Amino acid sequence: MADGFAIETADLRKAYDGVEALRGLTLAVPAGSICGFLGRTGAGKTTTIKILLGMARPTAGRATVLGLPVDSSASSVAIRRRTGFVGDDKGLYDAMTVRGMVRHTASFYPRWNRELEEKYLRKFELGAERGIKTLSRGMRTKLAMLLALCRGADLLVLDEPTTGLDPAATEDVLQALVGHAAEHGTTVFFSSHQLADVEQIADHVVIIDRGRTAVAGSLDDMKQNYRRIQLVFDGDAPAYTFQSRGVERVTRAGRVMTVLSSAGIDGVLGEARQLYPASTDSTPVTLKDIFLDTVAVED
Amino acid sequence: MIFRPNTASGVPIYLQLMEQVKHAIETGALRAGDQLPGIRPLAEQLVINPNTVAKAYRELEHEGVIELRHGAGAFVTGAAREKKLTDRLKAGQSIVAATVDKLRSRGVTEAEIRRLFEAELTRLTVKGDHRG
Repeated sequence: MADGFAIETADLRKAYDGVEALRGLTLAVPAGSICGFLGRTGAGKTTTIKILLGMARPTAGRATVLGLPVDSSASSVAIRRRTGFVGDDKGLYDAMTVRGMVRHTASFYPRWNRELEEKYLRKFELGAERGIKTLSRGMRTKLAMLLALCRGADLLVLDEPTTGLDPAATEDVLQALVGHAAEHGTTVFFSSHQLADVEQIADHVVIIDRGRTAVAGSLDDMKQNYRRIQLVFDGDAPAYTFQSRGVERVTRAGRVMTVLSSAGIDGVLGEARQLYPASTDSTPVTLKDIFLDTVAVED
Repeated sequence: MIFRPNTASGVPIYLQLMEQVKHAIETGALRAGDQLPGIRPLAEQLVINPNTVAKAYRELEHEGVIELRHGAGAFVTGAAREKKLTDRLKAGQSIVAATVDKLRSRGVTEAEIRRLFEAELTRLTVKGDHRG
């Protein structure tokens, strides 16, 4: 993939038995990026992935993957041929050996890369003759990763790839992803509850909340533009509504007013001057702060 | 050469990498003509996004700190810069030392001093963004 977006959705909606899992999700994943897909349990991450891979149909809205619409069966087949997917169940057959599973999967993909296969079998220390039934959770994830990486996919979609892995296995999986993306220019879209993993390898982030996009964009831009500003007053913090662009959240507790801004501090501080705060302070914001401040606390 | 960005910090990783390269030049760990690790090996070694490494290298090239030679890699540029930077840094260090002493004598704690410096740098970073 050259320029453009590997994944694009516009006002995507999905209802199951009248319950809306997606309520107008709009997102865009630039080709060649590693994009972390975040949200609380039940926010709609897995539903989104299912729609992108043609495993579920949207109730309304539009979605394209690698430029192809997801809701026509012809293009859905093409999408799946060009996409490596690692889901929760990993799609492995317990009765097979590692080698058998690899050969079985390879037979479906004309662009299968034997060199990569050997490399990852060694690197992941999978043991070609082992039965899949005997593999640990970390090993199963690594095997599923191998199967996704070797098919010559333009896009990798991973549903919580590091959940349940120990730190060493997590690092192996993340390293394989960045190495693969660097060498092949593959776009990676992965959902995760591990904010640290996302901060480590993602250059783009999409946070969804209750079926809608809450925050999306480049992680560098977020870190450069998001600031937490604390204003301390002599008496109780005044009730005040900021007009400045990028004011995401304002909380008051006694003499302290805290403002989360997504557009730097100048606008907020300029406006705050007329409130005569006794002191002002600002701190950078981590992805965890942004996540906790933008997703709904109550269910 | 050891680079160690703190990926959980509020500071973008590419900025941290840029600072670490500059610091390595200032301390003499990297010298003019030295080659930096390739984008892919460094991304794999640090387990960070290759686009982030590429961005840091592009910005460093833009600032004239390194030179990207097509197909050959990234190299540290001009020797004059190292000494100038080192002198500048030494001068800066003595200013910082004097300021820290003064603050401590007024009863400001170490943690408070650190916060003051960080708040000031944050303010500058944000202002810098507006200019660029």
